Amino acid sequence: MMNSVVEARDLRVARGGRTVLHDLTFAVPRGSVVGLLGPSGCGKTTLMRAVVGVQIVQSGTVTVLGRPAGHRALRHRIGYATQKPAVYADLTVRENLRYFASVLGAAKGDVDRVVDEVGLGGARDQLVASLSGGQLNRASLAVALLGRPELLVLDEPTVGLDPVLRGELWELFHELAARGTTLLVSSHVMDEAARCERLLLMRDGRIIADDTPGALREQTGTGDLEQAFLKIIERREAVGRR
Amino acid sequence: MSVAITLATARRILSQLRHDHRTLALIVGVPSLLMILLRYVMDRPEAFDRFGPMLLGVFPLVVMFIVTSVATLRERTSGTLERLMTMPLGKLDLLLGYALAFGVTALVQVAVVATISLTWLGLDLRGSVWTLVVLTLLAALLGVALGLFTSAFARTEFQAVQFMPAFVLPQVLLAGLFVPRDQMSAVLRWIADVLPLSYLVEAMRQLTDHPALTGTLWRDIAVIAGCTVLALLLGAATLRRRTP
Repeated sequence: MMNSVVEARDLRVARGGRTVLHDLTFAVPRGSVVGLLGPSGCGKTTLMRAVVGVQIVQSGTVTVLGRPAGHRALRHRIGYATQKPAVYADLTVRENLRYFASVLGAAKGDVDRVVDEVGLGGARDQLVASLSGGQLNRASLAVALLGRPELLVLDEPTVGLDPVLRGELWELFHELAARGTTLLVSSHVMDEAARCERLLLMRDGRIIADDTPGALREQTGTGDLEQAFLKIIERREAVGRR
Repeated sequence: MSVAITLATARRILSQLRHDHRTLALIVGVPSLLMILLRYVMDRPEAFDRFGPMLLGVFPLVVMFIVTSVATLRERTSGTLERLMTMPLGKLDLLLGYALAFGVTALVQVAVVATISLTWLGLDLRGSVWTLVVLTLLAALLGVALGLFTSAFARTEFQAVQFMPAFVLPQVLLAGLFVPRDQMSAVLRWIADVLPLSYLVEAMRQLTDHPALTGTLWRDIAVIAGCTVLALLLGAATLRRRTP
């Protein structure tokens, strides 16, 4: 598939002697918002780490923008926000962004742009240590947006946000996708699944569904994605017992 | 490697320090206080002239070791290191950024402590003040490099702080500060001869006793600089782009 930004084939990852990703094969199409959903501990973060190229993998391949994940040439084409906000607590929001912008060689105006995009305009000169949990998350997300990366890998970016802010961020994700950015966004909240163009449902280190939300509802005959997820698990277990 | 990224990193670390007034005050204040204490505890100018310069070299090493190992450990545990490793930042950019930022901080520290020692406390130095500045700067950089390297072996800040007594205090004991190296047993002497702090103490003693730059002093400077580069390279080897 030439139009995939991420392509994984038989990706296997083991941590501490335990296999946490079981030979995953999936693709993330260009310019789409792909949701990575599943309960906590199912391997979402490990999968994302493999995509950005910081995870040691046992076997299989991950190709990102036509190159092996973690390739030097990809380092300013991917934006990554970890679940735990990775920013300097003893710097202000603006100082943090200025530093990461200079590491990325991003344009001068980029700092103000990303601050506005995540809605942190009022807190830009505040020390990160004094931000609320939701603001802290958005500060970390803002770093990922610097330099207009082609692929955004966001690990639970909306945790701890009120519904209004959550809605605004999802609007931002769709705007970015409309401009051609590809997004891989993890969540464990099912109501966010409906906002994605494609879904990867994960459980115990396996991808149990890879489709559009509409197709998943149709296949399982339910209007609700949470129910659809449960149905898929039931069916798999029924197959497993037979 | 990129000069722009190295400078940006150094500037970022200095901004972090600037926000932390208490740490800055401690970096400058504690060695000053200890020098003043030493002067009045010894109460004999000859004794102070003998030990003072050696401590002037040991302070920046110890302080920069602690500050660097905690700062880099924080960088590892907070996730900012992993984030930087996904960006176009070279490992040396980060290490040299730290060396530069804490080198500058050490210069401020040395300026204050040396001024107090040479004026108020009446420290008598045969060698030049500039050699003193160079030596203390080298000591600080050695502290930064060792701190960067050892922080890779600490999982928590508690452990990182404990590495200071573990790595530095045995060197202080063996460096000839208390007992001259040639009076130690063969085994201890052999160990002392491969530890960088021994050369720092020796260099400081040369500076106290000789007005000119001696051959021994040049050799000591070379050894300390070599150890610093080696520790920085070892530190670079502990930074991994991919982790389990």
